[in-house]
Amino acid sequence: MSIGHTLLGLLESGPRHGYDLKRAFDEKFGHDRPLHYGQVYSTMSRLLKNGLVEVDGIEAGGGPERKRYAITEAGITDVARWLATPEKPEPYLQSTLYTKVVLALLTHRDAGDILDTQRSEHLRSMRILTDRKRKGDLADQLICDHALFHLEADLRWLELTAARLDKLREAVTR
Amino acid sequence: MTIPAGSLLVAQDLRKAYGPTTALDGAEFSIHPGEVVAVMGPSGSGKSTLLHCLAGIVMPDSGSITYAGREVTAMSDAERSALRRSEFGFVFQFGQLVPELTCVENVALPLRLNGSSRKEAERTALAWMERLEVDDLRKKRPGEVSGGQGQRVAVARSLVTNPRVVFADEPTGALDSFNGERVMELLTDAARSANAAVVLVTHEARVAAYSDREIVVRDGRSRDMERVI
Repeated sequence: MSIGHTLLGLLESGPRHGYDLKRAFDEKFGHDRPLHYGQVYSTMSRLLKNGLVEVDGIEAGGGPERKRYAITEAGITDVARWLATPEKPEPYLQSTLYTKVVLALLTHRDAGDILDTQRSEHLRSMRILTDRKRKGDLADQLICDHALFHLEADLRWLELTAARLDKLREAVTR
Repeated sequence: MTIPAGSLLVAQDLRKAYGPTTALDGAEFSIHPGEVVAVMGPSGSGKSTLLHCLAGIVMPDSGSITYAGREVTAMSDAERSALRRSEFGFVFQFGQLVPELTCVENVALPLRLNGSSRKEAERTALAWMERLEVDDLRKKRPGEVSGGQGQRVAVARSLVTNPRVVFADEPTGALDSFNGERVMELLTDAARSANAAVVLVTHEARVAAYSDREIVVRDGRSRDMERVI
């Protein structure tokens, strides 16, 4: 999963401090793997350097200074591009896809589009495997079948997610 | 919609409602000769209605369907019937073989309806049954063959008139994956070599993987994925 893009997506709804970003990330996506503070600050420094976020304000307190970050136009474009680009079909990509779908819902983009584009990318891979299977020997057929079943499992998850988008929208924007 | 050059069957802005339920809401479609296009989408999205409209079985409320330069929606019932018998082939999920006829008689049936002699029709039917690897079933009745064999017989029947378009609605829906894939392999090989187009309605990705491209129907609207990406 791209932590940078996820944090950028979370910033689309408004400026946040690093600590708020970590909390929002952990709540929505980090169920079993919360972010370390170090990861948040190193990612934000990189995004800042690349012009994808800017510092919206600095609060001086008793401890270290707290920067509030805001997404830039270039950052919004970068998130949009990431969401629209299908993932390489490979096993266990659902955490990235899930993140993209949730971010699309949070930022009022069309999550159905993301799923359609991903389905198409999966089918493209499945066509290549099916063709190889038709022309190959038994070993080829078995190897391709294994890959096809994994891709099919992804697609079944994708169809189920598509059918539950309204409920998911309610849940994540509550 | 820009109509791709050389299209055989084109639908534009199709709308169809059944009472208060909208089945098609501006759906579009096009297919070339020899091309296999999968129509995908969730249950109730309108994909079967789209197939029925394209095949001239159901008339849309509005929109245009052009087959080989002829406007299907302007044809009479009799003209559409003749078009279906001579130019189109059909494969469905269930119950398409006549139980009282033998398998070879079932395959020969469309030719007999078009006026061929029994002998000539059954000779052509048998050639297609060989192609689909079910010629040994010629004397059996549908009730005596397995689901996969029966579906291959149905595929042979859909191709026996040398149709230019085969409409397949969940053709492997009642089969296990091994038999389903064999049916798809035989159907698409036979159709491609005869330069027939195949409109394949399916919700199964492994079946859709036998197509050249897919369109997705959602809420009665279609999306051509090849032209989006």
